[in-house]
Formats: sequence, C-alpha cells, structure tokens
Amino acid sequence: MTYFNQVFAIAGKDLRSELRTKEALNASLSFAVVILLLFSFVVDPDSEMLEQMSGGLLWMVFAFSGVLILNRGFARELPNDCLDALIASPIPGSALFFGKAIANFALIAIIEAICFPVFGILYNLTWTAQLPVLVAVSALATWAMATLGTMFGALTVNMQLRELMLPMLIYPMLIPALMSAMQLTTLLVAGQAIDSEHIVWLRVLIAFDIIFTSLAAVLVETVLVG
Amino acid sequence: MRDKLIYGAGIFAALYFVRNLYVILLQLPDEAMQGAVYRIFFFHLPPYFTAVACFLGAAIASGLYLKTKNWKYDVFAVSATEVGLALAAINLVTGMIWGRQQWGIWWTWDARLTSALITWLIYLGYLMLREGIKDPSERAKNSAVLSIFAFFAVYFTYKANEWYRTQHPGPVLTIRTGKNTIDPAMQAMLFHNLGAFLLLAVVLVAVRMNLENSQRAVESLRRRAHAIA
Repeated sequence: MTYFNQVFAIAGKDLRSELRTKEALNASLSFAVVILLLFSFVVDPDSEMLEQMSGGLLWMVFAFSGVLILNRGFARELPNDCLDALIASPIPGSALFFGKAIANFALIAIIEAICFPVFGILYNLTWTAQLPVLVAVSALATWAMATLGTMFGALTVNMQLRELMLPMLIYPMLIPALMSAMQLTTLLVAGQAIDSEHIVWLRVLIAFDIIFTSLAAVLVETVLVG
Repeated sequence: MRDKLIYGAGIFAALYFVRNLYVILLQLPDEAMQGAVYRIFFFHLPPYFTAVACFLGAAIASGLYLKTKNWKYDVFAVSATEVGLALAAINLVTGMIWGRQQWGIWWTWDARLTSALITWLIYLGYLMLREGIKDPSERAKNSAVLSIFAFFAVYFTYKANEWYRTQHPGPVLTIRTGKNTIDPAMQAMLFHNLGAFLLLAVVLVAVRMNLENSQRAVESLRRRAHAIA
C-alpha cells in the first residue's frame, strides 16, 4: 500500500463512519445555524455594517462549529480501543494524521458549503461574485483549522476536559489564519478582487498552512507513539 | 552548595534592582515628551525580552526532551514557561498603566498589544494542558510538542500582527533603528535592567526547578507507598 493509499484509507474510513452516523455533522451544522441566527441580534441585519462584518461573522461561525467536528476526530477512536489498533497498524503516524486531517477538512467544508448560502439568504447578500477565489481562500483557512485541530485533537484525546481544552489551545494559535480569512472573505463577499493591499493576507494564510502542516507532520509520530 | 549559589544570585539580583531603581528614579532626567511616566518603560521592555528568552529556552528544552527523554529538560521547560508567563504579565500590566497615562485608555487592539496577549494566552494553554494530563511521561511528551508549536505560533502571530495595525511606539534601541533616537544614558539603563531581569529569571527558574524536582520525588514516593500498601 502506498503512502497515499494509506492516507485515503484513513480519510475514507473516517468520512464513512461520520456520514453514516452524522453525529458530529448534525450537531455542528445546527450549532452553526444557531450562531448565524444569534448574529442578527448583534448587528442590524439590514445595515451596511453587516457587509463590513461578513468575513468576521462567517469565520466565527466556522471556528465555533468546526471545533465540534475536530473534537470528534480522535475521540471517535476511543471506544473499543480503536486508537491503539490504529497506532499499531502498519502505517506511519503522519499518514494517520493526514488521513484524519483530510476527513476533518472535508467535514468542515460541508458545513461551510451549507452556511454560505444560508448566510446569503438570511442576510440578503449576494456573495457569489468572486466565487472561485472565495472557495480557494476558504479552502486554505479550513486546512489551517483542520491541520491544527487534528494535531491538537491528538494531544488532548486522553484528557478529561478534552472538549474544553481543544478550543482553548487552538483559537489563540489560529488567530493569524482566521484574521487573514476574515479580511479576505469580507473583501470577496463584497465582490471585490484581492488587490495589492490585501495580497499580504493571502501570503500569511499560505505561509501558515505550510509551516504548521510540516510541523505537525514531523511531530505527530511522537505524539501518537511516544 | 547549589542552593547557596541560587540564593546568592538572588540577593545579587535584588541589589542590582536597588541600584537600577536609584538611577532610574533619582539620576535620569524626565523624558522630553512624556515627562516622568516614561520610567515605567524600564519595567516594560526588559521583562518582555526576558519572557521571550524564557519561552525560547522552553521550546529548545522541549525539543531536547523529545530527543533524549531526559526528565531534566521537561523540568526546565515547565519552570521557564511559568516564569516567562509571569514576566509577560508584568509586560502587559506596565504597558497598560503607561497606555492609560499616555493614550488615556487601558487597552487598544493594536498589533503589539494583541500579539502580546495572544502569546500570554497560548502559554496559559500550555500550563492548562499540563494540569489536565495525569500520566507524567505523556504529560511531558504532549506539553513538549505544544511548547514547540507555541513558539512557532508566537513568532508567526508577532509577524502577522506587525503587518496589521500599530499604534504602539516603534523600536527605540540603537541595534533596531540604526540611529541615535534614544539618549545613551537611558539605553544603558535599559540594558542594566534587562540584565537584572535576566538574572532574576535565572534565579526563579532554578528555584522553580528545585520545587518541581521535590514534587516529583514526593509523587514517586507516594506511588511506591501505594504499591506496597
């Protein structure tokens, strides 16, 4: 089995088991809709202010609901000692990590794909003017969430306060990526292209992904095996 | 002997601070624009540098722990992080007092302030993670990984925020600006206080390491007693 087969075997297994039970997906999606609703009380839904806040608002929703998915990533393997079996299986730790990160990425992307239209309908915004770039930016920021979330999911999986520790650890670290995603999303939802003034945010996002993905790939074996 | 050395260095650090305070309060003149309040700067920048040194030390020790699995590196990492967190808190608080006097506000979401607060929260997370893991070797391993991540994240946040927004005064030290924007006597004083803070940090880390070692000894004795009984 090549490395890529191993990665996709893990990702496929995770996605299959999640899509059959939908336990994290349903919880996360309903949570996302509730937050979207709550934001209508924070800011007047008809005002121009909303357009200036759209990126921040959306990424807050994704960050909050994404953690519910990230928390399940490794916790799913705890019953029946599945995690031990996975670690004992003949695949490298990084393949396990990438498989789980890809599964998490796909699940958060599903939430986003549903939340964008719902957001557009509820708040009367046309958000599709820069759709391809918006998808690319969202993918980069979602990968940042997925990779850090999976890594720290592995770190906290055996803790009692797991559900609390994960957001406490990843939100501060994610700030550069979230900040860039918020800036760019606001711009793109308003229908503007990324200009020379904002290109720096794209660079931050790409650099963040590269640095933390490589760091996680190097260190994950230590975390899982010891 | 080791304890005597540590407490001797502690006493020396205390005397150094007294000497520095004498110069800061009685010898240096008021700053031209800010008046007397600029003196808090001597307790603002040096603790920040010292805290960064502590976090860097902790990250290096964490890497060494993962490589060698030697407990002493883990003991050093947790001690340095705790001391660094306290120093970073001093940096935040003195900054807020200065901001209240100069800007009229305690806090502003400025790049430097934000990244300092994020740093503080990330390392608070490190200590919380340690609290939450019972098994000593898993605790050491996981917190070592977190410490390495944290240092990268702190550096990245610092850089990302620099591009963002800033209201904080720019660098003043000659090595950063390349010109003489600061009075030489004041710059010398900054380095003196940095020396005092670094010495204080070394003493505190050494004391904290002693404490951690005793704690571990007690824990292992308790475990042994539990095994016999």
